[in-house]
Amino acid sequence: MAVPGVQAPTPNSDGQAALLRELAAILPPSALLVEHEDLKPYECDGLTAYRQLPWVVALPSDEAQAVAILRACHRHRVPVVARGAGTGLSGGATPVAGGVILSLAKFMRILSIDPLACTARVQPGVRNLAISEAAAPFGLYYAPDPSSQLACTIGGNVAENSGGVHCLKYGLTVHNILKLRVALIDGTVVEIGSDALDAPGYDLLALLVGSEGMLGIVLEATVKLTPKPQVAQVVMASFDDVVAAGNAVAAIIAAGIIPAGLEMMDKPATAAVEDFVHAGYDLSAAAILLAESDGTPEEVEEEIAAMKAVLARAGARELRVSQSEAERLKFWAGRKAAFPAVGRLTPDYLCMDGTIPRKHLARVLTRIAELATQYGLRCANVFHAGDGNLHPLIMFDANVPGELERATEFGARILELSVDVGGTITGEHGVGIEKVGQMCVQFTREELEAFHAVKAAFDPDGLLNPGKAVPTPRRCSEYRLTGSAR
Amino acid sequence: MNDMTEMFIERIRAASAAKPLCIRGAGSKDFYGNAPQGEVLDVRGHRGIVAYEPTELVITARSGTPLTEIETALAEQGQCLPCEPPRFSADSTLGGVVAAGLSGPRRASAGALRDYVLGVKLLDGNARELNFGGRVMKNVAGYDVSRVIAGSLGTLGLILEVSLKVLPRPVAESTLRFAMSEADALERLNRWRGQPLPIVASAWHDGALTLKLAGARAAVDAAVRKLGVGEAAESGFWDALRDQKLPFFTAETLWRLSLPATAPALDLPGEQLVEWGGAQRWLKSDAPAETIRAAAAAGGGHATLYRAPAEPKARVGAFAPLPAPPLALHRSLKAAFDPRGLFNPGRLYREL
Ligand SMILES: Cc1cc2nc3c(=O)[nH]c(=O)nc-3n(C[C@H](O)[C@H](O)[C@H](O)COP(=O)(O)OP(=O)(O)OC[C@H]3O[C@@H](n4cnc5c(N)ncnc54)[C@H](O)[C@@H]3O)c2cc1C
Repeated sequence: MAVPGVQAPTPNSDGQAALLRELAAILPPSALLVEHEDLKPYECDGLTAYRQLPWVVALPSDEAQAVAILRACHRHRVPVVARGAGTGLSGGATPVAGGVILSLAKFMRILSIDPLACTARVQPGVRNLAISEAAAPFGLYYAPDPSSQLACTIGGNVAENSGGVHCLKYGLTVHNILKLRVALIDGTVVEIGSDALDAPGYDLLALLVGSEGMLGIVLEATVKLTPKPQVAQVVMASFDDVVAAGNAVAAIIAAGIIPAGLEMMDKPATAAVEDFVHAGYDLSAAAILLAESDGTPEEVEEEIAAMKAVLARAGARELRVSQSEAERLKFWAGRKAAFPAVGRLTPDYLCMDGTIPRKHLARVLTRIAELATQYGLRCANVFHAGDGNLHPLIMFDANVPGELERATEFGARILELSVDVGGTITGEHGVGIEKVGQMCVQFTREELEAFHAVKAAFDPDGLLNPGKAVPTPRRCSEYRLTGSAR
Repeated sequence: MNDMTEMFIERIRAASAAKPLCIRGAGSKDFYGNAPQGEVLDVRGHRGIVAYEPTELVITARSGTPLTEIETALAEQGQCLPCEPPRFSADSTLGGVVAAGLSGPRRASAGALRDYVLGVKLLDGNARELNFGGRVMKNVAGYDVSRVIAGSLGTLGLILEVSLKVLPRPVAESTLRFAMSEADALERLNRWRGQPLPIVASAWHDGALTLKLAGARAAVDAAVRKLGVGEAAESGFWDALRDQKLPFFTAETLWRLSLPATAPALDLPGEQLVEWGGAQRWLKSDAPAETIRAAAAAGGGHATLYRAPAEPKARVGAFAPLPAPPLALHRSLKAAFDPRGLFNPGRLYREL
C-alpha cells in the first residue's frame, strides 16, 4: 500500500542534484546508496504493508559524517528519516518520498561500560541484546527487553520508548536512559540528560524518548544497567476463561506483588506458539498466564509461593513452576516468539498495541472477538497483562483483494475501543504512519497543535521524519469523514 | 472535591506579560527556584482525588489536593509513591510537588517523581485545556509532555490534574548504620550498587552511613546478615530526611549538587550530607557560587542554589546556567506552551 498522507517538502531536481554531490563528498561511495536494488531493502520497516522507496540511503560511520549529512539536507530542505534495524511495527522508519534515509547501522560500538556506576555508553546502532551481553561479565544487564531484542537497536528503542516483558518491574526505555547525545536537524549537537540522576531545566530527555525520530537523531546513549538477579523462576497458570485470567492479574497486584514479568496469551496465541517453539503450553486452556519472580533465592521462593496461592484462588486450572533455568527460558521463548509464530500461520498480520485499564480486559477481548467475526479475520491476543498493553495480532492475506483494507479497519476499531475504555492507541510500538489517523481520536485539535509546536521547537522546517506520528488538521478531517465510519 | 477550572481560565485570560501569574499551592516551596513573581493564583481550591483504583496501580487527583491526602488514601490500600517527594508542609499540594519535581531518599533505586508521572491535564497560556499521557501504565501516543511538566516549576502551564503510577509498599524494611568516613561510604556504595542487594536508600552525614533496606522479608533478612546490623539509627530518620527536617537542613544557604554517583568526595569547604548512593550531595557552604558550580560541573553534574537569601540567589540564579543550544530549545518550548509569558516568569531561568 502507498504511504498515506505523508507530504514532505520536496526540493526541485536541481536541489537534489546539488545535495547528492554534497553527500558524495561526505561519504565514501559504498555508504551512499542510490540504485533501485540497493534502496529496496529500505522501503519498509516491520510494518511491511506500507512501502516507499527512499530517494537515497546514507550510512555515516561517525558523528562528523552524520552531522554533515544533516546540515546538507537542512540546507536543501530535504527530509531525513533515521533508521536503526527497521524492526519498528508502526512505520516509523518507512521512507518519505524524495527523502534521505539516515541509517545508523554503522554506529555499532559499545563505547564504555562503567561497572561501578552501572552504566553503559553506546552508539545508537548497538543492538539491545548486545548491551546485556557486554555487561554480563560484570553481573549487570540492560533491563528493557523487547521481544525483538536480538535485532532492534538502542536508537530505535529510544525513539519508540520500547518496552518488554520485564517492564512492569524494571521500567520502560524512558526509565533506563540517563543521557543522550543528539543531533538536531541543523547539525547542532546537544547533550540531553546527565551522568548524574537529573539535569537542570526542562526534562528534555523525556521528550526525546519516544519522539519517533522527529525531534533529533540519537548519536550516543548512556543507559542504566541493572544487577542481574541471583535467580528467577516463572509460574505458568492455565485458565478456562480469559475473564478469570484477567481477574487473577488484578489479584496478584492486590496481594502487593509486582512480578518481574506478568504476561497473558489467549488460545489462538498459545496454539500458534506451541506449534513453533514447543514451550510446553497447555493447549486446552482459554488463556495462560506467565508470572515471573526474581531476586535472592529466599525472596523468589517466598514470592512464587504467594503467587501460586493467589492464582489457585483465582481459579487457575493448572500451575507449573519452572524447575530449571532452561525450563524458565523455554516458557518465555514461547511468549517472546509470539509474533513470528503467528506470522507462520498467515501470509500477513498486523500487530495492534493499545493499552487499556486492565479492568476492561474482558469487555475489550469480547468486542475484539465480535469484530473478528464481523471482518471475517482471525485474531490472536498477547497481553502484557501487568501493564495493560494488549497486542491483538490480526491475520490476513494481502494478496486477497480487500483483506489488507479490512485488517486495517479492524485494527482501527480496536484502537478506538482502547481509547473508549480510557486507554491509548499505542503502548510501546509508536504511532508512525500506522496510527496517525487514530491520533485524531485520542487527542483534540488543540492537543495536536501543542505536539506540532513541540516539533517546531526542535525542527522548525519539519524535515525530520515528516508526516509521522502527529496528524495535520486536514488528516483528521479526512479520518473523521472516512476512517472511523463504524 | 472542587473544580475551579473556569475561574483559572478567566484569570489566565485576564493576565498579560505586564501582569503575569504566580501559580501557587500551599507555598511550601516558595523558597525553591528563583523568586516567585506575579499575581498569586492560588490553586488549593481545585482539589480532590478523581480516580484511584489500587489494582490498576494508578491514582488521579486535582492539583490542589494535599499530598498528605493522596498518601493517606494510598496507605489505606497498602500502596505508596516510591519516589517519596518531600512534604515541606502538611498542605503541600500535588501540583506543587509535580511542578517542583523533587524526589526523596529512595530516588536512586525507585526512580524520580517524573518516572511516576503518567498523565497531566493542564491549561496552557491560551487557557486551553490539554491532556497529555493518560491513566494507563504504558502510553507512547504523542510526545511525552507530561513528564516534561514535572520539574518545570509551573512555567509551561497551570497543572489541573495529574495521574501517577503507584506501587505496593515494601513488605519489610530495615535500617542499618555504620560509622565511616565519606570516602569509605562512597567506596562501599559503589561496590554495592552493582550487586542485587535490596538497598533502597542511603545517607552519609557526620561520619556515619545509614542504609535503608526494603523488599521481601527474606531478601531484607539475608541482606542484614550480609551487611551486619551496625548501630541503631534514631527512629523517624528517613521521614525527617525526606521532609528535610533534620537539623542539617536548617542552613540559611544550602546547595544541592547532583553528581554521577561515582564522583569522589568533593573538596569543597563546608558540611555535606550525601544521599542517593552518592548522586545527591547537600552542601552547606559559603564558598563562592562560581567555585561550587565549577566543582559540580567538573564532577560531571550540576549545582542548584537550593535555599539562599534573596540577594545571592538573584545574582547567580537558582539553577546552573544552560549552554546555548539547550537554552534555545527551552525558549522555544516555553513559547510553544506559554507564548505570552504569563506563568511564573523567571522562576526556572531568567530567560523563561
Ligand atoms: C518480532 C518483533 C517483536 C517486537 N517486540 C517488541 C516488544 O516486545 N516491545 C516493543 O516495544 N517493541 C517491539 N517490537 C517493535 C520494535 O522492535 C521496536 O520498536 C524497536 O525499538 C525498533 O528498533 P529499530 O532499531 O528496529 O528501529 P527502526 O524500526 O529502525 O526505527 C524505529 C523508529 O526509530 C527512529 N530511529 C531509529 N534510530 C534512531 C536514532 N538513532 N535517532 C533517532 N531516531 C531513530 C526511526 O526513525 C523510527 O521512527 C517488535 C518488533 C518485532 C518485529
